[in-house]
Amino acid sequence: MTDQWEPKILAFLCNWCSYAGADLAGTARIQYPPNIRVIRVPCSGRINPLFILKALQNGIDGVLVSGCHPGDCHYISGNYIGRRKSATLKRFLEYLGIEEGRVQFSWVSAAEGVKFSQVVHEVVQDIKKLGPAKRLVKRSLEFGVRSSEIKNRDSEL
Amino acid sequence: MIQEKIREKARELLSNKTVDLIIGFGEGSLPLRTTPRFIRDPEKVNRLIWNSFCENNLATYLHKFSKLKVGIVVKGCDARSITALSLEKRFKPDQLFLMGVPCQRMVDRRKVGRAVKGEILQAREENDLIHVKGDGFEIALEREDFLYPSCQACMHRNPIHVNVTLGDPVEESPLIESYHEAKRFEQMSPEERWNFFERETSRCIRCYACREACPMCYCTECFVDSSNPKWIEKGLSPSDIQFYHIVRAYHQTGRCSGCGACERACPMEIRLTYLTQKLNRDVKELFNYETGIEPDIPPPLSTYEIEDKQDFIK
Repeated sequence: MTDQWEPKILAFLCNWCSYAGADLAGTARIQYPPNIRVIRVPCSGRINPLFILKALQNGIDGVLVSGCHPGDCHYISGNYIGRRKSATLKRFLEYLGIEEGRVQFSWVSAAEGVKFSQVVHEVVQDIKKLGPAKRLVKRSLEFGVRSSEIKNRDSEL
Repeated sequence: MIQEKIREKARELLSNKTVDLIIGFGEGSLPLRTTPRFIRDPEKVNRLIWNSFCENNLATYLHKFSKLKVGIVVKGCDARSITALSLEKRFKPDQLFLMGVPCQRMVDRRKVGRAVKGEILQAREENDLIHVKGDGFEIALEREDFLYPSCQACMHRNPIHVNVTLGDPVEESPLIESYHEAKRFEQMSPEERWNFFERETSRCIRCYACREACPMCYCTECFVDSSNPKWIEKGLSPSDIQFYHIVRAYHQTGRCSGCGACERACPMEIRLTYLTQKLNRDVKELFNYETGIEPDIPPPLSTYEIEDKQDFIK
């Protein structure tokens, strides 16, 4: 294995569509990069913007939020509400100076295993271009040391 | 004179028991300052004043008097805050009596302080001039040069949805001034924007004065105080401070009237209104919504349109 940096990406997937879509990608043996860590949420409207910010603060390199297509929400309007939150949050983060593409959004239905794989490919590619997250990340100085730094320290000694 | 009209109306409201309490502005203990004044006795209405330093958003204090009928002196922005709060069902119907005052826009006392050398001991306002006097100096300053940035961006100086308007309506500012801070900030590169944000927030001492001054921040448990889930650590780590400021601003999405109370309350003089201004601008652009204008339309983040923009979603 190479020592190349690989981004860590957090994916919030809604239980009814995107999570099933990811599942379908798995059962259908559709390949996608292993950089994502999935958190299953009941609905894309459930995602509190604080979740996304907290993830960035804890050193995640990118966040993917995925829910049902408009009109398909299990709770009728959850994804519409989520869409408004996402739109304002995305613009606000970019305005603050968090790189465009750190936080991404998609609609993936339960039948779209192929699309899920495509989305993950795209997101991983985008985040790789951006490089490791630096802004808003909590520095290791205050609370313990990041694992990457431990690795460097060990090689120095 | 507006001050006289305020006193007169306050006396009338208290005497005929329309309200139990009047919230207005009173003379502060320092020059260029005013203080919120709470008056229950019609004989004491002469303590109410009106000048260019009535900068507080008095709507903040309404949360403390949920059982009283309250008369309150409001500027354009304060009235919009109250409309927004009413939308969130914070008041009983007919609980409030709004005395609207068309706003001449408020003067930034810190800017005035920086314009002179030494401590200001006396200040007096006359027409469009502010006469300040201190140890060894006495000068007159143009009012217009010392306005708050949030007041310069204000498009709603005349209070709306009020019970009575005291004084003549003023002419609204030209549209070009709207969101001027956000527009300027948008021109910068992401690096510059982040560096600016980082530099500003690095001064934060986490006193939460910005939260306390804001009429819209009334949650019984703020996310910063919550221990389960623990959103944010105590202490002064830069990341936590940035996190606080991002979320404090973001929680105002579609609710901020742009009064600028947060920035004025900050003891470290951190620029804050450029954040909420951007959110207001986005909400206007995306959902065509302005806080506190329509008393019947629900806040933008609690509703949706099927046709909302979604070009950012894959």
